[in-house]
Amino acid sequence: MATVTHKAVESTERTVSTDADVAFAPASAQRLLIFGGIALIAGGMLFGDIFAVFVLHQNGRQTGEALLAAAQAVSAGNASAMKDIFGNIGGLLENRGTKVDAHVHMTDAGYLALLLALVQPYVALSQRRKKLLANLFVAGGILLPVGIFLIHYVGLAYSPFPVIGWGSVLADSAGALLIVALTGQAWGFWNYLQRGAGVSEPELPRDRTWAGRALLTGGTVLLLLGFLYGAWYAGMDLYSHEARETQILNTMLDRAISSQSNSAVSVGDYGSLAAERAIKIAAHSHVIEFGLLAMLLSFVQPYVYLGEVWKRRWVMVLLAGSVTLPVFVLLEVRLGLLAGGIADLGGLLVIVALGGMLVGVLRHGGRLDAAAGSLG
Amino acid sequence: MTASRNLLVFGGIALAAFGMSYGLHYALFVEHQTLDRMGGSLMQAFVRAAERQMPQAHDAIGTYASAKYDYVRQVDVHSHWTGLAMLMIVLGIAFDGVAFSERVRTWIAGSLLGGSVLFPFGVILQTASHGSVFGSALAIAGSALVTLALAAAAWGFTRQAT
Repeated sequence: MATVTHKAVESTERTVSTDADVAFAPASAQRLLIFGGIALIAGGMLFGDIFAVFVLHQNGRQTGEALLAAAQAVSAGNASAMKDIFGNIGGLLENRGTKVDAHVHMTDAGYLALLLALVQPYVALSQRRKKLLANLFVAGGILLPVGIFLIHYVGLAYSPFPVIGWGSVLADSAGALLIVALTGQAWGFWNYLQRGAGVSEPELPRDRTWAGRALLTGGTVLLLLGFLYGAWYAGMDLYSHEARETQILNTMLDRAISSQSNSAVSVGDYGSLAAERAIKIAAHSHVIEFGLLAMLLSFVQPYVYLGEVWKRRWVMVLLAGSVTLPVFVLLEVRLGLLAGGIADLGGLLVIVALGGMLVGVLRHGGRLDAAAGSLG
Repeated sequence: MTASRNLLVFGGIALAAFGMSYGLHYALFVEHQTLDRMGGSLMQAFVRAAERQMPQAHDAIGTYASAKYDYVRQVDVHSHWTGLAMLMIVLGIAFDGVAFSERVRTWIAGSLLGGSVLFPFGVILQTASHGSVFGSALAIAGSALVTLALAAAAWGFTRQAT
């Protein structure tokens, strides 16, 4: 392989194209998975931020209003109104749930794409099959959240099934694509183990730079914190939240039929409990996901073609956002929307840092393509 | 590739495929029915209360709570299996950087794999029998195993750095 030496822009160190760049060749599986992975993660996070700002709180308020209407209908002895009210509540919950799921599945598909990019040297399949599997995976990663998002809007229109609409069919088909792609990757890895031969393409270069080490260490710490908080939540809050929900709903109904009590208090309690639960789960899941993201990005750093100063800046922005978001999500219980706004800003920091790194990866690909063109 | 890395990467890919298959099965055959059961029982509770049939109303709240107990754990099982699988693959790639002997690394990798399988499995057992002590014990043991293994891996990374 030809070796191309160059000076990185704004960098004080010289970088050399190595054998690892072979795996990053134009339209290779690894390049597609790295581009697709970072783009899916950034897209999923941007969607999550937009959802948090424009849908989440409004949806919670509307759900509370609908529940209060149900309690008032109980007081009035109006059982016939329940179907409409609960139809409305069901629609609101579906709206919220499908948007959360679209956000989570898009981001997670991005994580898996990055992971698969990293294990490509150990997947003993032909380059053509690897590209096919990578294409299938990225297509599934895009179509799955799109299908989930459409579930609420398409509903059961023109569906031949009693409870599954075309949105679900698209999402489930995309999920099947992801499973096929993953099974193919597992088959390739099995081949690698069986043959006992060397790697099918050059292994990833070991990154010893400050950026790589900071991301690996920071990511591991975030993951550990997330695990510990999750264990705390499961032990201290999960069962008590479930018991409180049942108690609040029973009290709400008792108050609704009592002429001296106000069921609005119970509806308020129910809303507070739902918010507290959502906040704690969001803090747990986000700190773990950001930890995983930081670790993944530490391996991609050799492909981020930026000066050391800019690489450090994006790492610091990413880690700052990764801490800010879960911490201020948790503080929403005490500080309300102010903390929510700061948490959204934390999410934006992670998205901006991802965008910066994606530009670096694109520049790396462009540099290789240009070098290949000049040699060809 | 070393045995510990093989264990993490192959175990991770297999667990991810399994977790996704579980998610697909759940979405196709369980989720809609569970959501219908939750929504239906909650509406039933309010209808019975409007009709002033309070014992039936409270029973319906109990049915709703039971359905939600299952729903929360079934969704958690899917996300935790897939999430832990991703963590195993990531660690598998960097595992040579854990500065312990290969024997210790294999133990850490085995603990991660064992914990990642057992923790969600224990959670799913809780839905088969609500309040199952065995399921809870399995989930706690699995999560403790994963946390300890991750802490050991973090320690190994630190030893390498120093």
